[in-house]
Amino acid sequence: MLRKRVVLVLYILFLLVPIYWLVNMSFKSNTEILGSLTLWPSSFTLDNYRVIFTDPSWYQAYLNSLYYVSLNTLISLSVALPAAYAFSRYRFLGDKHLFFWLLTNRMAPPAVFLLPFFQLYSSIGLFDTHIAVALAHCLFNVPLAVWILEGFMSGVPKEIDETAYIDGYSFPKFFVKIFIPLIGSGIGVTAFFCFMFSWVELLLARTLTSVDAKPIVAVMTRTVSASGIDWGVLAAAGVLTILPGMLVIWFVRNHVAKGFALGRV
Amino acid sequence: MKVHNNKAWWLVLPVFLLVAFSAVVPMMTVVNYSVQDIFDSSSRFFVGVDWFKQVLRDSRLHDSLLRQFIYSGCVLLIEIPLGIAIALTMPTKGRWASACLIVMAIPLLIPWNVVGTIWQIFGRADIGLLGWTLNALGISYNYASNTTDAWVTVLVMDVWHWTSLVALLCYSGLRAIPDVYYQAARIDRASSWAVFRYIQLPKLKSVLLIAVMLRFMDSFMIYTEPFVLTGGGPGNATTFLSQTLTKMAVGQFDLGPAAAFSLVYFLIILLVSWLFYTAMTHSDKNS
Repeated sequence: MLRKRVVLVLYILFLLVPIYWLVNMSFKSNTEILGSLTLWPSSFTLDNYRVIFTDPSWYQAYLNSLYYVSLNTLISLSVALPAAYAFSRYRFLGDKHLFFWLLTNRMAPPAVFLLPFFQLYSSIGLFDTHIAVALAHCLFNVPLAVWILEGFMSGVPKEIDETAYIDGYSFPKFFVKIFIPLIGSGIGVTAFFCFMFSWVELLLARTLTSVDAKPIVAVMTRTVSASGIDWGVLAAAGVLTILPGMLVIWFVRNHVAKGFALGRV
Repeated sequence: MKVHNNKAWWLVLPVFLLVAFSAVVPMMTVVNYSVQDIFDSSSRFFVGVDWFKQVLRDSRLHDSLLRQFIYSGCVLLIEIPLGIAIALTMPTKGRWASACLIVMAIPLLIPWNVVGTIWQIFGRADIGLLGWTLNALGISYNYASNTTDAWVTVLVMDVWHWTSLVALLCYSGLRAIPDVYYQAARIDRASSWAVFRYIQLPKLKSVLLIAVMLRFMDSFMIYTEPFVLTGGGPGNATTFLSQTLTKMAVGQFDLGPAAAFSLVYFLIILLVSWLFYTAMTHSDKNS
């Protein structure tokens, strides 16, 4: 029992120490960072955060990221919900092939799609818009959403559907009024995963934007300038990108393990 | 039993159209490039499979493919057993269980380039806690100049980043085992190894399949983290497939070879994932 505790505590320390170092550094001035190694900021400063919150190119990028991530979550969920229902309840022509084909998109390296995406979205005039990034991220988020939701929906007994139809519910009414509330936690978890994978992705988001929709993760590369890297601001921006994830995980904390198992346990 | 009803197609149509738009159209563009030599939009020639031949002989690609396989192999060999071990040590219920879950999920929620940044800041010999401590202990360590150090740092970073995923999957798999199984084992006086081998491991099979596939795919596509941490260096020590590809396509603008390479790359992932899938579901049938 004690040995188990030790292993767990060591692992959690291993996870937290690098993050502690990032947070620590975000409260230091650059002179202190480069001057000496201190485990605690000796002259505590919020200047690094002030830079981010007063410079529009910083906080605008932060809002851009939040905007396309929310848009992506919304699109993924609204198309995946009916599809997942179809996969969990019906057999239809080509269903297995379609499901497998959806999953293969999860296996496509984003690097493969860089250039075609760039040309596709440029040619339809969507380059450097939030919707372009949101649509591009659907490539891997929609299959994932269908997969997770299908797992959760298969856990709901079919008798509920049948009873509702006998009671005279139409499909849309049944779906919205009865079925969606039943898989509420599944939808929450799916939204969380869409949010997460869209939030952490850099390669596509960076390629499809230049100014107006530039995400925070791309702006962060800007801290490298002629005078060297602005470590303090870089660390502060890093801390700020961790926060949204920690906020959303709080809401799904009881279901997150089931979600990681794609609703299949 | 599921009902056979082709009208269900109407429900999957939006997904089909959306994914077709963002997957099939770009994929066809890639196929199109891979068989043409393009100078500009007006002069392009059909070259058949020449690019594929060139790509398959390219020693740069062989090197990065080999590096990629070694890397993904190490990732799986470390993260899967470690993840299972961590899941076994986690508390089963209550406040501590939720706290563990949240803390363990944190690395998964950090943008990938920030993961690179965190390890850059943490590992640097001059300002990083890890690099500084190692050097102070007399172990010479510098991930920016020493190839072994760079490689190990990228690997440790991946373990830091993704082991939690395996642990969380296994944790949810373990929670699904009914208590009766454990009671029966206690009556039989089974050792804890026997409990693990004959009760827990078989029940973990389905989640482990997901874990192995996800970890293989994602480690095989890794780009951002090593790019930020080492930029692929020193030399080419941490240049993996995605980075080679991006260099080719965006850096040198060699569209034809890059496209051919993309297709080969995608096929390798599909093939290996399929092998894992059949191997693991097949062993299921035998037992």
